[in-house]
Amino acid sequence: MAARQAMPHQDAKERTRNFDEVALGYTEEQAIAEASRCLECRNPKCVQGCPVEIDIPGFIAQMKAGDFDEAIATIKLTNSLPAVCGRVCPQEVQCEELCVLAKKGEPVAIGRLERFCADHERKKGVAAPVRAQSTGKRVAVVGAGPASLTAAADLAKEGHAVTMFEALHDTGGVLTYGIPEFRLPKSIVRDEVEYIKQLGVDVKVDYIIGKIKTLEELKNDFDAVFLGTGAGLPKFMGIEGENLNGVYSANEFLTRVNLMKAYRFPDYSTPIKRGKHVIVVGGGNVAMDAARSALRLGAEEVSIVYRRGEDELPARKEEVENAKEEGIIFRLLTNPVRILQGDNMTVKGVECIRMELGEPDESGRRSPVPKAGSEHVIDADIVIIAIGTSPNPMILSGSDGLKVSPRGTIVVDESAKTSIGNVCAGGDAVTGAATVISAMGAGKLAAQTINDYLRNN
Amino acid sequence: MSYTILEKKQIAPQVHLMKVLAPDVAKAAKAGQFIILRIDETSERIPLTIADFDADEGYVTIIFQEMGKTTKQLAQMTDRDVLLDFVGPLGKPADVRKLGTVILVGGGVGIAPVYPQVKAYRDAGNKVISVIGARNKDLLILEDEMQAASDELYIATDDGSKGHHGFVTDVAKKILDSGEKIARIVVIGPPILMKVAAGMTAPYGVETIVSLNPIMIDGTGMCGGCRVSVGGETKFACVDGPEFDAHKVDFNLLMSRLGLYRPEEAQCQENHQCTCRSGN
Ligand SMILES: Cc1cc2nc3c(=O)[nH]c(=O)nc-3n(C[C@H](O)[C@H](O)[C@H](O)COP(=O)(O)OP(=O)(O)OC[C@H]3O[C@@H](n4cnc5c(N)ncnc54)[C@H](O)[C@@H]3O)c2cc1C
Ligand SMILES: Cc1cc2nc3c(=O)[nH]c(=O)nc-3n(C[C@H](O)[C@H](O)[C@H](O)COP(=O)(O)OP(=O)(O)OC[C@H]3O[C@@H](n4cnc5c(N)ncnc54)[C@H](O)[C@@H]3O)c2cc1C
Ligand code: SF4
Ligand code: FES
Repeated sequence: MAARQAMPHQDAKERTRNFDEVALGYTEEQAIAEASRCLECRNPKCVQGCPVEIDIPGFIAQMKAGDFDEAIATIKLTNSLPAVCGRVCPQEVQCEELCVLAKKGEPVAIGRLERFCADHERKKGVAAPVRAQSTGKRVAVVGAGPASLTAAADLAKEGHAVTMFEALHDTGGVLTYGIPEFRLPKSIVRDEVEYIKQLGVDVKVDYIIGKIKTLEELKNDFDAVFLGTGAGLPKFMGIEGENLNGVYSANEFLTRVNLMKAYRFPDYSTPIKRGKHVIVVGGGNVAMDAARSALRLGAEEVSIVYRRGEDELPARKEEVENAKEEGIIFRLLTNPVRILQGDNMTVKGVECIRMELGEPDESGRRSPVPKAGSEHVIDADIVIIAIGTSPNPMILSGSDGLKVSPRGTIVVDESAKTSIGNVCAGGDAVTGAATVISAMGAGKLAAQTINDYLRNN
Repeated sequence: MSYTILEKKQIAPQVHLMKVLAPDVAKAAKAGQFIILRIDETSERIPLTIADFDADEGYVTIIFQEMGKTTKQLAQMTDRDVLLDFVGPLGKPADVRKLGTVILVGGGVGIAPVYPQVKAYRDAGNKVISVIGARNKDLLILEDEMQAASDELYIATDDGSKGHHGFVTDVAKKILDSGEKIARIVVIGPPILMKVAAGMTAPYGVETIVSLNPIMIDGTGMCGGCRVSVGGETKFACVDGPEFDAHKVDFNLLMSRLGLYRPEEAQCQENHQCTCRSGN
């Protein structure tokens, strides 16, 4: 069997000095060669692993024939953000994990093929969509992340008048303020938003629901509401020294870098501390993004401190590999105990303890147990806490009756309905921090539910 | 989005007042809240307290002091110019209730955020004693407005050019010593003033409220950059505040965090001035 096509990358030494995209994308020849590896299984397992059930063998067959226009059309039947998903979906635990070739060796690079098709279309220029016949119904969509973008697009395609409200000054949610340019160029997100505007969606930024208007008012002004407010509230560890100067939440660090373009300071006026020795606590995509951003800002040494082992790292495998190639140090089975103070309430270092993996916990993962007496200090002037987020409670101020779990997530039924009539919710606000594709899946489901409701009322 | 500046005037050296057309914000605004604005694409987001608002006319008034690059750039703008972003109202509204007699203290540009509170406390049926101060009489802002809105108004200047020669906290202390029953003191101004005021009122056991001004970005509780320590607990000033019990605030932490970007800010201003000159 032919080997899986390698992804061309910007050279590791070179790329740590810029914010340009790391993965360069397949050439046409590579795309066709990779597509040709697909067996076009009669019972394609890969599709079962795809949360939006793209007809994977279908679009790959069209690619083999060199018909990229048809291929992207096939993808877009079920996925409206392929340029985003082709870049950031964790394919190795979704479609590619189930690909029959994975058992014998390497699965088809489905994500890379998806990206190729989307980029091919973008290069040619995406044709403006035809607007649907108006139904006269009005829907409010709160937030402008992947869940909301998907819901808004689907609702607009049905002919409903959609208004999207976003708290920040830019759309995209985490795609804009969290995921760095070198992994997901902002121009891609912007094009997607342009497209949904062309579908007729009215986008209002600088508009906070819960402050300018309550959910109650929104409910009265619109025939239905979708809440896609994400999980933006950063968690801290509650250890000594966490409020010292130089300790960032990953959200703050990444927001400064991505949304505010602090990497272009002083041309852009938002400052950021450029550390020499940076420690990032956590092992997910967020931690990888923060670490790799810190490196690009000029740090001499960046370490990931993670309490479990390599196999348990929740980040996408590809990004862990990219990070390693760039020289990020992985201090696994290590956990911070306290942050040490230097002059003027700044950070001097982090005291850590080594961990061992013990019995499996509720999540099924072996839980880390501290090894007594293994405390040690790692020097640092910047510490970035990337241990997760919980849903943003802003929307809840003034919305009596919206049922919320003890974890702060919005409670919905299997059709995405909340406890309040004509209000649906989805994405990280419902699940807690998850993935782009699951947020999109939830946006789709909610759009369907709202559509059914509007047709019957 | 874009937000038109309806009116802009200088009200003291380096202090400016601006009325900005933002109907949705004006409609929802309450005393004690703030907005975050961005001038243009390359700007940072800066928070400013809502100094006044008119829901019918759809504007919000802000009063700001020239500090660094962004506020200096803002000071250059004038009527009919537009701001790219103007987000709000942010933060919790001030907890204004009928309490009896309330002292409201404003220092420097801190007088601006105190002003809407004076009106709100008065409307709620309180007797309002206001104390305002600045380094000298030229830096005093909103004196007439404060006079009109308060039951009593006292003035203090550091150099004695007007009113009491000394600090606003001296005046507030005298009122406390006079024996009049005071239900609450609200103090807004530079962190050092709020810290001193908290120390001054503590022995009297009078509830003391301050409005904190840490460095912010989003103002929606998403970044955690505005964290302050209150009663040993970490709070996000933008969503849990900006008002807190003065006796529980760790002011040293607040002040050290405010100094965090001083080197970068200096660099930013230098660069800005250079580009201004080369542009001439
Ligand atoms: C740094 C980082 C890297 C990641 N990397 C990956 C990856 O590689 N692959 C992957 O699949 N997933 C990744 N994720 C997770 C993924 O980005 C999220 O799961 C996804 O964005 C969730 O989408 P959402 O639409 O639910 O919410 P968000 O993207 O969080 O969007 C919510 C939006 O709602 C707005 N909002 C909130 N409250 C209000 C309000 N009251 N009024 C108006 N607007 C409001 C917010 O400002 C925000 O823009 C990453 C996350 C982060 C933080
Ligand atoms: C809730 C709140 C309400 C405020 N209300 C007013 C007001 O009504 N009038 C007024 O004149 N000022 C107010 N401020 C302070 C104002 O935001 C800062 O003066 C302004 O951000 C300075 O920006 P600059 O670029 O001109 O100066 P810089 O040179 O960038 O900074 C000067 C100093 O301002 C502070 N600062 C810088 N950036 C921020 C930021 N993003 N957020 C908060 N502080 C910052 C720092 O202490 C810094 O050292 C308020 C701050 C907060 C948090
Ligand atoms: S399982 Fe793998 S080989 Fe089979 S259709 Fe899907 S991608 Fe192709
Ligand atoms: S300013 Fe970001 S959490 Fe308060």
